[in-house]
Amino acid sequence: MSAEGSLDLRLPIGGLFAVLGVMLAGYGLATGSNTEMYVKSGGMNINLIWGVVMLITGMIFLFLAKRGAAKS
Amino acid sequence: MDLVPVTHLTAIDYAVMAMYFVFVLGIGFALRRSTKTSSDFFQSGRSLPPWVTGLAFLSANLGAQEVIGMGASGAKYGIATAHFYWIGAIPAMVFVALFMMPFYYGSRARSVPEYLKLRFDEKTRTLNALSFAAMTIFSSGISMYAMGKLFNLLLGWSFDVSVLVSAVIVLAYVFAGGLTSAIYNEVLQFFMIAFGFAPLVFLGLKSVGGWAGLTARLTEAAATKGLAPGAYTHAWQGMTSAATNPLGVEWFGLVMGLGFVLSFGYWCTDFLVVQRAMAADSMIAARRTPLIAAVPKMLFPFLVILPGMIALALTGTAGGIIPAKLAEGGGPLLDSAGRVVMDFDLATPMLLIKLFPEGMLGLGLTALLASFMSGMAGNVTAFNTVWTYDIYQSHIKKNASDEHYLWMGRAATVGGILLSIAAAYVAGAFNNIMEVLQLVFAFVNAPLFATFALGMFWKRATGHGAFWGLASGMTGALLHHGFTLPNGSVPGIKGGFFGLLHTYPSEMAQTFWTAIVAFTTCVVVSIVISLMTAPRPDSELKGLVYSLTEKPQDRDIPFFKKPSVFAAAVIAATVLLNIIFL
Repeated sequence: MSAEGSLDLRLPIGGLFAVLGVMLAGYGLATGSNTEMYVKSGGMNINLIWGVVMLITGMIFLFLAKRGAAKS
Repeated sequence: MDLVPVTHLTAIDYAVMAMYFVFVLGIGFALRRSTKTSSDFFQSGRSLPPWVTGLAFLSANLGAQEVIGMGASGAKYGIATAHFYWIGAIPAMVFVALFMMPFYYGSRARSVPEYLKLRFDEKTRTLNALSFAAMTIFSSGISMYAMGKLFNLLLGWSFDVSVLVSAVIVLAYVFAGGLTSAIYNEVLQFFMIAFGFAPLVFLGLKSVGGWAGLTARLTEAAATKGLAPGAYTHAWQGMTSAATNPLGVEWFGLVMGLGFVLSFGYWCTDFLVVQRAMAADSMIAARRTPLIAAVPKMLFPFLVILPGMIALALTGTAGGIIPAKLAEGGGPLLDSAGRVVMDFDLATPMLLIKLFPEGMLGLGLTALLASFMSGMAGNVTAFNTVWTYDIYQSHIKKNASDEHYLWMGRAATVGGILLSIAAAYVAGAFNNIMEVLQLVFAFVNAPLFATFALGMFWKRATGHGAFWGLASGMTGALLHHGFTLPNGSVPGIKGGFFGLLHTYPSEMAQTFWTAIVAFTTCVVVSIVISLMTAPRPDSELKGLVYSLTEKPQDRDIPFFKKPSVFAAAVIAATVLLNIIFL
């Protein structure tokens, strides 16, 4: 198996994190007014915050994968 | 079990979990086409970049015993648990990178037992291959058992269904893509654990008032146990005597037993982790693999041990987090002094449930599930390789076609998973996962490092010496365990089954000393028998022994990319961490 012929691992990592990020951030937005739900996390909308962090991380991986593909 | 589950998941949690499995299976499916030869299946065609093998090197070990066990130990022993990283893993990882990888990778052996065959003889390889194969099945079974039990307790999932479903998923992606598929999923799992646990630690520290608040609360907890005030938050306090630190081990037993024998035995000779480095695309990449792994490894105590400590700090107050272990009758289990025995294995999962709202809870539990499953997959890939190359090809069918061995690898994957499921049901008899694993490592792995160290650095060591050294080292471990007991235990699994010659202050002290005894026995017996038997000629040992192998030339590599410079930086950072948490 040559490195070129196979899957670039940065693609599925980036893809998964971007999708999970959108899901969590979207859920955070939809439930943002539900203060009772976020008592657990100390009043922080952790879904929204962490969803955005994961989305950005996912985008970085996708960008690196795209740059890697362009190079080879 | 008819217990009421601790919590339940909502649609968003299940959606997060399902999305993870779509990607896991997708990776296996995508790699199926490029897995054509036995080398692709067992060795990833020696073609992976070092960041991938490095993170997999770390992640293959990040199974049940790490995430749950380290959280449990964090709640039990505090920050001293970090010794498993800062005294244990890191020095061993640096050593395997600098000094042992040239032989593993350079000899073109396809497995660790095969290196033993090249350096020593067939019987040493077979002894190692058989004990290793048994251990991978056992570890993978424990991973499944722990997962099934945990998710039954937390979410009310059926034990049988969760074991079966996880087994089928692991089977599917390993069967399709072999080692590459397992490695890719290990890296994916590494990021899931990091991103699932970082917010847990953040929210946890916030809820106890930061590190200062955590220290204050744990000082109180230490006082109630009669330990020094800083016992939970300082790694080295009270280490001069076994009685004054929560581990119950003195510094010599810790440094020699854990730091030297057990950790070097595991990180330097265990094919489960070494296989990841052997899949790297070049010698320099193979040598960098453990060093790349060491960087996140030294920071992992903050991700996996801190949740346990936070859970302990919150348990001191009303509405505690860590539940009591249940006695037969259903009430809380009490120790001989009448105190409630806490179920430390639940520290991390309970903290997850307490701090994460729905959504994030799905992410956190998926990360846990991921770590259990990659623990299984790692063991299964190591098992199928050792079975196919070191047992099947060398004893059952020697000169078959490559397609035949590829087919056998896939068949061994199915067989390994079936045996793991059986082991999962057997594992139900044991309690603290990590301590049982440590015990098995002590019997099998502790003498192993002596054999490899002698083989790689002493050209006079012979096959007979290695074989009898290994066998007597394992026997030595068994005898030592059988004649000693930790304080307050009854003879049985804890030791003392042959009689009682010595009592240790704690189980951990006994385990570390078992390792020291096994290692010493193996060294002495190997040297004596080697000197009594005929040496192999130097010409046969080129590339296998340090003094007869050309040193890797790093001169044309830029200064900051040299493995030795990288290793020095890793060691310096680890020393710094020890000083900070002194």
